Amino acid sequence: MDTPTHEIELTVNGRRHQAKVPARLTLVDFLRERLGLTGTHVGCEHGICGACTILLQGEAARACLMFAVQANGMEVTTVEGLAPVGELSPLQAAFKRHHALQCGFCTPGMLISATALLRECPQPDADQVRDAISGNLCRCTGYIPIVQAVLDASLEASSS
Amino acid sequence: MKPALFEYVHAESIQQALEELARGDCQPLAGGQSLIPAMNFRLATPARLVDLGGLQQLRGLRLCGNDIVAGAMTRHRDFETDANVRRLLPMLPHALVAVAHVPIRNRGTIGGSLAHADPAADWPALCLACETRMTLRSIDGERSVSAAEFQLGLFETAIEPGELLTEIRFPAWPAQRRWGVEKMTRRRGDFAIAGAIVLLDLDADGVCQWARIVLQGVTDTPFVAAAAQQLMLGRRPDAQLLQQAADAARAAVQPRSDLHASSEYRSELVAVLTRRALQRALAQGASSATGP
Repeated sequence: MDTPTHEIELTVNGRRHQAKVPARLTLVDFLRERLGLTGTHVGCEHGICGACTILLQGEAARACLMFAVQANGMEVTTVEGLAPVGELSPLQAAFKRHHALQCGFCTPGMLISATALLRECPQPDADQVRDAISGNLCRCTGYIPIVQAVLDASLEASSS
Repeated sequence: MKPALFEYVHAESIQQALEELARGDCQPLAGGQSLIPAMNFRLATPARLVDLGGLQQLRGLRLCGNDIVAGAMTRHRDFETDANVRRLLPMLPHALVAVAHVPIRNRGTIGGSLAHADPAADWPALCLACETRMTLRSIDGERSVSAAEFQLGLFETAIEPGELLTEIRFPAWPAQRRWGVEKMTRRRGDFAIAGAIVLLDLDADGVCQWARIVLQGVTDTPFVAAAAQQLMLGRRPDAQLLQQAADAARAAVQPRSDLHASSEYRSELVAVLTRRALQRALAQGASSATGP
């Protein structure tokens, strides 16, 4: 059986891309393998681990639970789009200060989930932060420094 | 690529989606938060998908009198933030924040969840508790089924081949309806091991005029604990009555066993969660719309 392809056009981190994709190509594989944006990680591929979380039209979503063809016409932000190349967003800087990453596998998903939270709720309390990252599994850092980093980034944003 | 090959059609209109479904060998793709994991595991290998993602007319919440009508493609998250839902059906936003996690709720839809019909999922039980009506459309017309008629069994619904669930109608609540939702999960956002949903109408003397008690995650479909409801009617609830109702709910079901919990444990949960949900409903100031 030939694999029919579909033409898609989408914006990723502010850049427009056109591509021909088979329907069964997931968005996360498209980002990593076609666009070379390997910052978005692939973990469980069934929506549990959160490593592939991206912003779709500004809202957090699982890139493993979407086909690239479904993102036609949409705007995607990956971890690479959170700050200009070579710079860190205030949230990323807070992760660094708080040692909120160890192996780094969950980090892109954590950063995206926390970015979505801070946009919607700039002054979250610790419970809200824990809720926002409840769908992102971390196996080594432990969640405490991650929660501290998000709270710190929110305080920094409010004082600047 | 993990999923098996399939043919993909992006529906531009409801009519086109219905025509695709009528051709057979075709499954609708709603939010994809249950179907796509199943496809990634090749537990589901649909030959053809018709993607409803572009059908804005299927997404949204509208008021019809005081009924709330939800398009089948309305996201879980839309219910959390909608002002009318918060005012008229405050139980729904309260229950939905405990459904999976934000990224899933941003994509997952009420229609997709209902059509998937997982016995542990929240929407089937919430809709049964709220006595919703579902609209099923095909190229031959449309029909309406009640929530009680909708879910037939484990992952099985009244949707016939060629039909599409398009709309879910939540009848208006009387003013001062009380509610309580209790759910046991191992971790935040997990599927329920068991859950209980209670709706109560009390008169000015505190006598129960109407009761709805629905159990979730216990049997193959959400379950109306009719005997427990019956016990509440015409009585002024006290601790003893709540325990009797909780025991009646437990006695009414033979819970399933699976790797998450034994039947015995689920039985115990049914009694405990039913009692707690009743307590929550009663503790609620009837004037409070924000709930427990």
